[in-house]
Amino acid sequence: MTPNLHLWLIPVLPLIGAAINGFWGRRFSLKTVTIVAWAFCGAAFAWALYVAARFPSLSTPHVEYLARWIHAGSFQVDYSFYLDQLSLVMLLVVTGVGFLIHIYSAGYMSEDPGYSRFFCYLNLFMFFMLTLVLASNYLIMFIGWEGVGLASYLLIGFWFTKDSAASAGKKAFIVNRIGDFGFLIALFLLIKHFGTLNFDGVFQAISGMGVEKSGAGLLTAVGILLMVGACGKSAQIPLYVWLPDAMEGPTPVSALIHAATMVTAGVYMVSRSHMIFERAPIALMVVAIIGTLTALFAATIGVAQTDIKKVLAYSTVSQLGYMFMACGVAAFSAAIFHLMTHAFFKGLLFLAAGSVIHGLGGEQDMRRMGGLRQKLPWTFWTMTAATFAIAGFPPFAGFFSKDEILWRASRVSLAYWGIGVFTAFLTSFYMFRLWFLTFFGDYRGERAMTVETVQTSPVAHSTNPHRLDAHVPAEHGGHGAIHESPPVMLIPLIILAVLSVIGGWVGVPGSLGGRDRLDQFLAPVFHSTIPAGESQGMPPEQRTEGAEPGAGHSQELIYTGISVGAASLGLFLAWLLYVRRPKLPQEIAQGLGRFYEAVLNKYYVDELYAVVFVKPLIDGSTRILWQGFDQGVIDAAVNDSADGARHISDTVRHMQSGNIRSYAAWVALGAGAVIVYMIWMGVR
Amino acid sequence: MVPLSYYLILSGILFSCGVVGFLIKRNLITIFMCIELMLNGVNLSFVAFAAHWHALSGQVFVFFVMVVAAAETAVGLAIIIAVFRTRETLNVDQVNLLKL
Amino acid sequence: MLHFLLFSIFGAIAVAGAINLLMQRHPINSALSLIAVMASLAVEYLLLGAEFVAAVQVIVYAGAIMVLFVFVIMLLNAGEEERTDGSRVAALFGIPAMLVGAVLVAWTLLKHSGTGEVALGALPGAPTTIGWLLFHDYLLPFEVTSILVLIAIMGAVVLAARPEATAQRPRKEGA
Repeated sequence: MTPNLHLWLIPVLPLIGAAINGFWGRRFSLKTVTIVAWAFCGAAFAWALYVAARFPSLSTPHVEYLARWIHAGSFQVDYSFYLDQLSLVMLLVVTGVGFLIHIYSAGYMSEDPGYSRFFCYLNLFMFFMLTLVLASNYLIMFIGWEGVGLASYLLIGFWFTKDSAASAGKKAFIVNRIGDFGFLIALFLLIKHFGTLNFDGVFQAISGMGVEKSGAGLLTAVGILLMVGACGKSAQIPLYVWLPDAMEGPTPVSALIHAATMVTAGVYMVSRSHMIFERAPIALMVVAIIGTLTALFAATIGVAQTDIKKVLAYSTVSQLGYMFMACGVAAFSAAIFHLMTHAFFKGLLFLAAGSVIHGLGGEQDMRRMGGLRQKLPWTFWTMTAATFAIAGFPPFAGFFSKDEILWRASRVSLAYWGIGVFTAFLTSFYMFRLWFLTFFGDYRGERAMTVETVQTSPVAHSTNPHRLDAHVPAEHGGHGAIHESPPVMLIPLIILAVLSVIGGWVGVPGSLGGRDRLDQFLAPVFHSTIPAGESQGMPPEQRTEGAEPGAGHSQELIYTGISVGAASLGLFLAWLLYVRRPKLPQEIAQGLGRFYEAVLNKYYVDELYAVVFVKPLIDGSTRILWQGFDQGVIDAAVNDSADGARHISDTVRHMQSGNIRSYAAWVALGAGAVIVYMIWMGVR
Repeated sequence: MVPLSYYLILSGILFSCGVVGFLIKRNLITIFMCIELMLNGVNLSFVAFAAHWHALSGQVFVFFVMVVAAAETAVGLAIIIAVFRTRETLNVDQVNLLKL
Repeated sequence: MLHFLLFSIFGAIAVAGAINLLMQRHPINSALSLIAVMASLAVEYLLLGAEFVAAVQVIVYAGAIMVLFVFVIMLLNAGEEERTDGSRVAALFGIPAMLVGAVLVAWTLLKHSGTGEVALGALPGAPTTIGWLLFHDYLLPFEVTSILVLIAIMGAVVLAARPEATAQRPRKEGA
């Protein structure tokens, strides 16, 4: 008898918190709102820990049925939850990092007038994300999928009075919808061919199917369409354009949604559907190519950006590309591993960046930062840990996960590996560039440099700088000095920093002496179920997920060494250009001229989309749908029928002339007609 | 022996004259007289049928028609007098206040 | 034969009177034509044997109603009709329509005249018989008609009375 762990509590608790804060939050004091938000999110986290503790005694996959939903003929979809190793990992990451960011936000948003609204949306997001992660069928997952898109829209456009924020929110939602369309078509195909959307049902039906070699089959189509959905949600080419704009939202939002959790939904979904992809090599290749190209592409843009959050945004797109590269070579547990470590260090990077912005009173341009490591010591040290982690230096978390991906990619194609290594070099370069520009050298900004002691409670700044004009340099006067953040913001930084350091130790590969515990933990989920004899054409690693060939250890070590070398090269180059010879970047930029301009302007992709897609749609909509149809047909029908009625009555009213004789004439006419009719009837 | 239809045709002619007169005459009193003409035509029809079917009810009905015609004439002429007092004209085209 | 001759003569007089009523311009001439019509109709009634109705026609219609008309014409000093623009609808539709209707009726009647003939004096309508009918079978309509006449009297008096003056009262007629 499977024990009932009441999994439904995990998503529902934050929903209750969202409802309370949403309906009555404005009447509560700040403290009450905070306690409500923390309590419900924390309760979800605690329950997730409890579930984790009970996990070893469960048989997987553990499905819990909550309520009936759609029963239409033979098609059934119910509210039920699914727990296996994969969803447990995601669960812990989402609730854990989410909870930390809730704590952080209490400090960061303390002076914002929309405080209760913020926590309402944040809890709402948690509800949807947890629904997505715990779903036991594609439809419930889609609900969570759409819901996190909604929450993202609400939170990106949180400062909705600002035009750019409102537009960014719209852009995110619309681009997401394009991806969702692909997702939906995939769902329809699944319903048509398998009659069910339950994971168990679909995967069972698929397990008997063989590998589609020629790529013209159902599973290839489903796989590619699911990838389209993932491109939208996880910001891959060509639907990544919303993520950099999403930086308009408050920094905790960027940390939670656009680094740690929502954007990883695509990776989770692809991993969950691994059985489909394993049987569709073409779809798998599409995933790998998109991931690799995105990783490289975004990294090149990140190199030239001057806004600290934009650098991190492109970095996120790039790292997501790594995760999809891993999925594309069927190294799904490596992708999840990197997802987890990325949540730690990218979340930390964003939160620390937020701390910097907060300390500088709203400044986000790195050209106006510098030399901040004495003023913001805690922020500096935690951000350092994160930077080394993302660059892939051992023994930090990012090293193990990124190397796992690169190693598995090299097994399939050296092209993937080569691009991956070059991207790692770029990653290291732009992250250390950020690090040096922010914390080293001379301070290039305009705020006062007097040191203040660390505050012990959220400070009441006279103006909250990072509320509405996050991009305007600190001209608010306010308190005037650069200061470290309060503990409520620092504690999550510290916890995440610790995780960034030790988080990778669950996945130490065999070549370095570890037991790769995470891979083994996830093995029951990802073990290949391809019937024997079918897998001949696939590279060795795609046959069985969990096993690593022992003979490749030395080769793996060589590759590892190369990637660490690339990271070191990036660090050295950043030091050279931004500490040693600070004039050099400017000269290089001018030397590169137009190419540099293009990179700085994100290769004009947004402009291209505007011309190719947006403008024709708007024009078509205006001219055809609005003026042509709505005004020309519908309005015309209504107006013209009214006009027609008026004209008719205008004509008919002449009958009522007041002239008695014409009345009499009409009467006579009518009477005559009746008589004629009667005669005619009588004659017949 | 006169066929019944002859009586009816005569009645029809009188009635038609009444209608035509009603339509083309402009004096209120003349129009009223045309109404009387119509009534007379109908009376003839009634009596003719009564004779044809040997039913005296036809003649009784004529009696009643005459009574009503008398009452109607009295009231109608009173109205015409009242209208003449306010309008100073008996031209029916100028009594046209009931219009849009 | 005699019946047909008498019928034709007085029928012709009636039609002539009717047409003359239409053609005359002065209302008094029209009134006199109408009296002629009524008189000839009274003779037609006699030919059909309706003595009582013929008598009532002369006494009531020709003798009272038409006198009332003449009085009003003289009272209002109705003059000749002016030529003004009338209703075009009447001229255009009404007259032709009515003529067409009349022709149609006549044609039908003549075509399908299996209706038989009426003899001279076919149904003698003696006053006794009619009185009997009136006070037995048609008592209710009789009584109602008397009330109708009462109302007509009152209405005529009220309508035609001069405001705040009772000097001149139009004659009223009863049955």
